Amino acid sequence: MSKVKKGVRLENVSKIYLDPKTKKQFNAVDDISLEIAPGEFVTLLGPSGCGKTTTLRMIAGFESPDAGEIYLGDEPINELTPNRRDTAMVFQSYALFPHINIFDNIAYGLKLRKFSKQVIRDKVFGMMDLVGLTGMENRYTNQLSGGQQQRVALARALVLEPGVLLFDEPLSNLDAKLRVQMRTEIRRIQQQLGITAIYVTHDQSEAMSISDRIILLNRGRIVQIGSPFDIYYHPNSEFVADFIGECSFLKGVIAEQRSGEAVVDVDGRKVSVVCGGEPVTGETREIVLRPEAVRIGDSGLLPCRVELSCFMGSYQNYHVRVGSTLVKVADTCPIGHRVFRVGEEAWISFEKECVHLL
Amino acid sequence: MARSQGRKLERKKLMGDPILVMGILLIMAFLLLFIVYPLWTVTAQSFSQSETETLNEVKAAGEWFVHAAETLPEAAAGHFRTLGVSTGEFHRLYNRYRRNNAEDVVRARAALKEALLRVDGGAVETFAAALKLPPEEIRSRVETVREAEVTLGRPAFSMDAYVTLFRRGSFQKTVHNTILLGFITGLIATLIGFVFAYVDMYTKTAFSPMFRVISVLPIVSPPFVLSLSAIMLFGRRGLITRQLLGIMDANINGLHGIVLVQVLTFFPVCYLMLKGLLLNIEPSLEESARDMGASRWKVFTTVTLPLLLPGIGNAFLVTFIEAVADFANPQMIGGDFRTLAEMIYNEYALQGDPRVPAAMSVFMLLMTIVLFTMEKYWLERKSVATLSGKASRVRQPITDRSVVIPLVTFCMLVSVFVISMYALIPLGALFQQWGRRFTLVTTHFRKVFDRGLQPFWDSMLLSLIAAFITAFMSMIIAYLVVKRRFPGRSVMEFVTMFAMAVPGTVLGIALLRGYITGIFNSGTMVLAGTGSILVIAFVVRSLPVGTRSGVAALRQIDKSIEESAYDMGADSGKVFTSVTLPLIKDSFISGLVTTFARSITATSAVIFLISPAWRLITPQIMTVVDRGEYSEACAWATMLMAIVYCAIALMNLLLSVFGTSRRQERAERKVWA
Repeated sequence: MSKVKKGVRLENVSKIYLDPKTKKQFNAVDDISLEIAPGEFVTLLGPSGCGKTTTLRMIAGFESPDAGEIYLGDEPINELTPNRRDTAMVFQSYALFPHINIFDNIAYGLKLRKFSKQVIRDKVFGMMDLVGLTGMENRYTNQLSGGQQQRVALARALVLEPGVLLFDEPLSNLDAKLRVQMRTEIRRIQQQLGITAIYVTHDQSEAMSISDRIILLNRGRIVQIGSPFDIYYHPNSEFVADFIGECSFLKGVIAEQRSGEAVVDVDGRKVSVVCGGEPVTGETREIVLRPEAVRIGDSGLLPCRVELSCFMGSYQNYHVRVGSTLVKVADTCPIGHRVFRVGEEAWISFEKECVHLL
Repeated sequence: MARSQGRKLERKKLMGDPILVMGILLIMAFLLLFIVYPLWTVTAQSFSQSETETLNEVKAAGEWFVHAAETLPEAAAGHFRTLGVSTGEFHRLYNRYRRNNAEDVVRARAALKEALLRVDGGAVETFAAALKLPPEEIRSRVETVREAEVTLGRPAFSMDAYVTLFRRGSFQKTVHNTILLGFITGLIATLIGFVFAYVDMYTKTAFSPMFRVISVLPIVSPPFVLSLSAIMLFGRRGLITRQLLGIMDANINGLHGIVLVQVLTFFPVCYLMLKGLLLNIEPSLEESARDMGASRWKVFTTVTLPLLLPGIGNAFLVTFIEAVADFANPQMIGGDFRTLAEMIYNEYALQGDPRVPAAMSVFMLLMTIVLFTMEKYWLERKSVATLSGKASRVRQPITDRSVVIPLVTFCMLVSVFVISMYALIPLGALFQQWGRRFTLVTTHFRKVFDRGLQPFWDSMLLSLIAAFITAFMSMIIAYLVVKRRFPGRSVMEFVTMFAMAVPGTVLGIALLRGYITGIFNSGTMVLAGTGSILVIAFVVRSLPVGTRSGVAALRQIDKSIEESAYDMGADSGKVFTSVTLPLIKDSFISGLVTTFARSITATSAVIFLISPAWRLITPQIMTVVDRGEYSEACAWATMLMAIVYCAIALMNLLLSVFGTSRRQERAERKVWA
C-alpha cells in the first residue's frame, strides 16, 4: 500500500435524533471522544440502538454531528461530504451495483479517480487475487454467493487504499460458519495491509476475535475501552460484564483488604478475590463469575443447590443457587467429573485470580 | 443541546455539491412557475373585483379625448389626441387580455403611461382654454385614466364572483350533476373492476389475456373514443338502436351515456389497482379461515373483503376524481347534462366576465383536492397497513362451478362489449356514411391526409419532447425525494403529487392566465400560443404519474447502494447517472412511453392552449365530431391509436433489449397501472 494509513479522532461528538413517536429529542450519540491509532483495528460494540452505526456513519460523512469534531489524521472532516473523505465503507448489505460486473464494481472508485486503464486493471486484479476472487471479474453480483459478494465489497473498498476502512456489520447476512471464516480473512487482510479499520458489530465473539481494541457503547455513551482480554476479564460495570460473555454476580461485603487482594463476606463465608482498586472495608460489592471459572464439586468455597443440569457436549451446564443468587457454571470436559443432578446439594469454588470484583 | 451544528453541517455539505443544488433549484423553479404560480393567478383572479366599471370609465374618457381634440389645432390638442388614442387602444387590448386573448397589453400600457406623462399642467391649461372649459374638468378626466392604468391588473379583493356563481341556478345544478356523475361512475366502475380482479386472481380462466388487452385499451386511446363508438352504436342513427332495433328517437346523450362510457373507460384502472392489492393478500390468511370452518362466502365477507375495503375505497375515489375531471366525454355525449369541466370551458368560450370561469376552476380544484387528500393520506395508508408484503405462495383457484361460471360469464360479456366498442373505431372509419350508407371506402382516411398531417406532426413532436422532459424530471424528483435530505424536500414531493389532483381543465385555464402576458404581467415569458406551453401542460399532467413509479422503483433499492457510490468518491450527478438511473431504467422507459401516450391523447388541458401555430390531434377530432362527421373522426382516432400502440410496442422492445426479464414484468405492470 502506497498511501499513508491514518488515525481517527473524535472529540466530544454528539448526534441528536428526534424520536418519531414521542417527538422528543434524544442523543443517539452522546459526547463521545476517542482516538484510534493508524493501523489499528477497533471495534465499536454494543446492543442495537447504542449509537455504534451512527458513529460510523458520522465518520463516513453520511450523518453530521450535532456537536464535536471528527478528525481524519490531523484534518478536521466535519464539513466534508462522504465523497471527499478518505474513508471507504463495507456495508451490511454489501451495496454492490447489480447492473455492472464484478470488475466494474471494484474499479468504480478507481475510475472516478481517473487512473489509467492499465493501472486500474492491475489494481483490480491484484485486489481480486488478495481477497480470493480470481477469475470472477465478468460475473454479476447475482451470480455470486453471499461470501463472495462480501469479498467484492471488501475488495471494492480496499482497492481505493483509504486512510480508514469502515465496516458496518459486514458479516451479519452470512451463515454462522461463513461468518467465522470471513472474520479471520478480514483480520488477515487488514494485518497484511496494515490498514486502519473501524468495525461495527453487535456480535461480541466477532468483536473479540477480530479487534485490537473494543469500544463498548451503550445508549450513545462509551462504557469501556480496552483489549478484548481486558474487557472480558476486567469489565468495569455490570452492563459490560453481562454484555460480553456469560456471567453471574455474587453480592458480598468487603471484610478486609490487603495489597491487591480482598476478602469478601458472602452469606457469612469468606472468599478471597484479586482486585485492582482500593475497596473500602464494609462496602457491598459484586463478584463477577464467568461460568468457566467456577468449579462444582463435593467440597468448595460456597454451598449451593443445583437447579439445572444439562449436557452441552464440550461442557456440562449448571444453574446453581447460592443463597438467593443464581450462578451459572460450565464444567468443561464433564466425562471425567461427577455430574450433579437437579435438586442435589453441591459446593462451588473458584481461583481468586479468575474472578473480578465490581 | 441544539441540533444547529448538525443542520449547519448538512447545509454546508449540500452547498458543496453544486450539481445537486442546481438540480433542486431547477426543479423547484419548474414546480413553482408552472404549477403553483398559474393556479395562484387563477385563484387571485377569482377573488378580484370586477374591472368592468373601471374599463367603461376608461373607454368613455378615451373617447371624450379623441372627440374633443378632433376640432382643435394640433398645437393645443396633440398630446390629448395621443392620450385618447392610447387610452382606447389600452382599453381594447386590456379587454381582450381579460378574455385570455391579448398579446401585447404590456406595450399598450407603456404607450399609455408615456401619453399620460406628456399631459402636464401647461398642456391641460392650453387644452382647457382652447375648449373653453375649466381645467379641473380636464384634470379629473386625466385622473380617471391614470388611476385606471394603475389599478387595472392590480385588483382589490372581492368575493363577488363567487356570490354571483352560487346564486346562479345553473351552477348549482351543474355541481349537483358533477357529483352525481362521479358517484355513479365511481361506484359501478369499482364494482366491475373488483369482479374482474377477483376473477383474475381467484379463478383459472382462459380469458386472462383478454383482461390484459382491456387494461391496455384505455391507455392507447384518447379519452373520448368510447363516446364516439357509443354514439355510433346507440345514438339516433346508431347501429344497434336504429338498424337492429328500429328505434327512431333513441337518445344516448345524457347522464346514462356519460356513465356508460366513463365506466367502460375507468373500470380497467380499478381492476389493475385491486389486482395489485389481491396479489398482496397472503393466501394462508384465507386458508386458515377455511380451515377453521368458514364457508367460501364467509371467508370472502369476513377476510378478503375487510382486507380490501380501504383499497376499494381508494379505487372508488380515484375513479370519482377522474370522472369529475373528465372533459371530453361529457362534452361529446352529455347532451343537456352539463358537468363542471364542461361548464368552465363553455363559460370561457363565451368570453364573459373572466372571473366566472376562474371561480369555477377554484371551486372544482377545491373539490378534487379534498378527494385527493382523502385518498392519499387516509385510504392509501390504511390500505398499506392492512396489506403489506407479497403473498408467499400461489393461491389455490376456486373451482366451484356455481361461483365460477356466472362471474366468468359476466367478465367475458363485458370484455367482448368493451373490445368491440374500441374495434368499432377503425371499422367506422371505413364506411362511407355511418348510419346511412354502409359501403366500404377509404375516403375518410384520404380526407385526413388531404387536410394535412400538421396536427399529427405537432402532436407527436410536442408529446415526444414532453416525454423526455417528464421521464428525466420524474426520475430526478423521485431520487431527490426518496434518497436525499434537503430543505424543501417535502414541498417538492407535495407539489408534484398535488398536480395529480388538478383537473386538466383547471390546469389549462391556469396556464393560460399565468402566461398570456408573461409572468407577473411583465411581458417576459409570454408562453400562450407557443408550443412550449403545450409541452409544459403535458409535463405537469404526467409528472406525478412518472414520479410515483420512480418512487416505487427507488424504494425497492437499498439506500446503501447509492451511499457506497457516494462513499467511493462519486458526486451526486455521478451517483445519479452511474447508479440510480441504470437501476431504475425500466421505470424511466415506461415513464417515457406513458407520458407520450398520455400527452398525445390529452384533451382537457390543451383545448385552452392550442393556437394556429400548434395544432393537435385531439382537439381536431373534437371539432370533427362536433360537425357530426363521425366516420372522419374515426379515421383520425384510428391513426392516433395506431401511433400510441406503436410507441408501446417500441417500449416493450426496448425493455426486452435493455431491461432484465424480471424487471420487465414489473415495469409493464407499471405502464398499465
